[in-house]
Amino acid sequence: MSQKFKDATIPSIPTKARISRWFGRNMLRIYMFFGFTYLFIPVAYTFAFSFNDSGKSNLIWKGFTLSNWQNPCGAPEVCNALGNSIKIGFLATLFSTILGTMIAFAIGRYKFKGRSGSNLLIFLPMATPEIVLGASLLSLFLVFKINPGFWPTVFAHVTFCISFVVVTVKARIASLDPRLEQAAMDLYANEFETFRRVTLPLVAPGIAGAALLAFSLSFDDFIITNFNSGTLITFPKFVYISAARGIPAQANAIGSAMFFLALAIVIAIQLVNRKKAR
Amino acid sequence: MSNDAISARGDLRLTRITKSYGDFTAVDDLTLTIPKGSFFALLGPSGCGKTTTLRMVAGLEEPTVGSIHLGDTDITTTRPYQRPINTVFQNYALFPHLSIFENIAFGLRRRGIKDVKEQVDKVLNLVELPHLAERKPTQLSGGQQQRIALARAIVNRPALLLLDEPLGALDLKLRRQMQIELKWIQREVGLTFVHVTHDQEEAMTMADTIAVMNEGRIEQMGSPADLYDDPETAFVANFLGQSNLIKGKIDGNDGDNLVVDIFGQKISMPKKRSHAVDNSMYAGIRPEKFRISLVGTPTRGNTLTGGHIEDVSYIGVSTQYVVAMPWGQELMVFEQNDDGVAPFDKGDEVVISWEPTFTFGLRGDENIDAGTEVNPEEPAEE
Repeated sequence: MSQKFKDATIPSIPTKARISRWFGRNMLRIYMFFGFTYLFIPVAYTFAFSFNDSGKSNLIWKGFTLSNWQNPCGAPEVCNALGNSIKIGFLATLFSTILGTMIAFAIGRYKFKGRSGSNLLIFLPMATPEIVLGASLLSLFLVFKINPGFWPTVFAHVTFCISFVVVTVKARIASLDPRLEQAAMDLYANEFETFRRVTLPLVAPGIAGAALLAFSLSFDDFIITNFNSGTLITFPKFVYISAARGIPAQANAIGSAMFFLALAIVIAIQLVNRKKAR
Repeated sequence: MSNDAISARGDLRLTRITKSYGDFTAVDDLTLTIPKGSFFALLGPSGCGKTTTLRMVAGLEEPTVGSIHLGDTDITTTRPYQRPINTVFQNYALFPHLSIFENIAFGLRRRGIKDVKEQVDKVLNLVELPHLAERKPTQLSGGQQQRIALARAIVNRPALLLLDEPLGALDLKLRRQMQIELKWIQREVGLTFVHVTHDQEEAMTMADTIAVMNEGRIEQMGSPADLYDDPETAFVANFLGQSNLIKGKIDGNDGDNLVVDIFGQKISMPKKRSHAVDNSMYAGIRPEKFRISLVGTPTRGNTLTGGHIEDVSYIGVSTQYVVAMPWGQELMVFEQNDDGVAPFDKGDEVVISWEPTFTFGLRGDENIDAGTEVNPEEPAEE
């Protein structure tokens, strides 16, 4: 472009129009910046205060320390609570993933009486307010004279995690071309081998996603857990209870660690997918 | 029984097969023998039952009535994995999570074959794609996927290879090339190929024998030349190429020939090419068999007078004329452009003539539009 042309053109656009044009082009980025800032300020705050040399209350910045990370179990009960949450999360994930996957295959693949009914009922725990689900599960346990505690909590978590597993796995099954299974059968694989070598590997990403979802739902559940766990302390319960007298900085360290672990898993999945696509 | 099925060899025999879905009959009392080693095509529009027939042979559907034999073995209810039959699926159905090598090795591994590597390499060379062994199916072009799907099936050396619209997803140029390749591969490996298609050109190019299917039944079966030259029904006459079907009345005999009255004009045709059941008949002539001449010039063979050129389309290799006849019918005529320029103009008064032996005769009660209104782009049946 010649200098002459440039000189002749640019001043002819009014400044106001140029600014509005710049905004028009960058609006989405600006919007995104504010959106993410809003989302991540609490996380950043939690992370920052995990380095606070806090003493009893972790509300005011008192100085930098690594001791919360070096000794995460330093605060009384915190690691016991974390252990309970991980145990409950693991068991709830295991049971809900196995049961949910089987339900998803039944609903997604077979026609039977009451199929559409089951389809609807599966959504019910997702739509029910947690407070209702928690309270009704507690009264159910009490009717059967089961005391709230570890196993009732696992049971309660399985009930609401199943729905999410079914929905996630069913979506994956729906996108699976039935001709792939027919091709496997055509190529001398019997029903079991077809399932093991074609169906399961192709549905596996959906099942893994469902398991991750189930674990995170179970891990941070507070309302239903509070109703059904009795004296058992889980990590969210611990944070809630200690909030009254000040949450120890170790909780911030553990919370941040969970966040980074989840982030690492998501990034790893993205990388694997990108490698596969290439 | 099922253990013997896997080693069955011989002709494929379908005996009185019917397949119904509720009130709908997809395949209606079908009897068919496909000789060992042949390249056989099931040709018909979508919904004619050809894919259902193929799926019953593969074992993916069970016939409502009837039996299927391979050689002397009854395979009617045998599971798909117990049949020595492999399929090239319409959209290839390659396993997306497995490499090309493992896709092809799948059938060999399931049967516990020892020299997997050697056999897979051999078939990859046959389809000329040995360099793609470690790729994933999604990294391949449509034509490459098509060849891998073929390789995955023929590596098992089945008694029967089924091809379900195998070239449907390819563009025209690639399709032509693959037609020739498929034919070559069939000769090379010497397997029986059963090919399902709605594309008459594809069937004619590749198959030794074509069965034309319509509404769950076989209309006619024979070599491509037989079907084209002597169709027995209006459906076949229209579905394979184009035909002029002219209403006539059988007026008598003349040795081996029939004399047919066409709106007052007499023509003759060989008796053995008539499929009429009474005096009424449609005389059929392919457009390229007609000759056009100006009124007053000499003609040979059968002639029909009183026509005039209604429309001229210059195609390059040929010119297509529409000739309006005195009884109101418009006839299609293809003339080769071997003399250069199209010699007839719109409005010219002309005489149409042809060799009597090219005439075929259809029943007088036929629907002469059968097989013309077929849209091959309709979605597949089921």
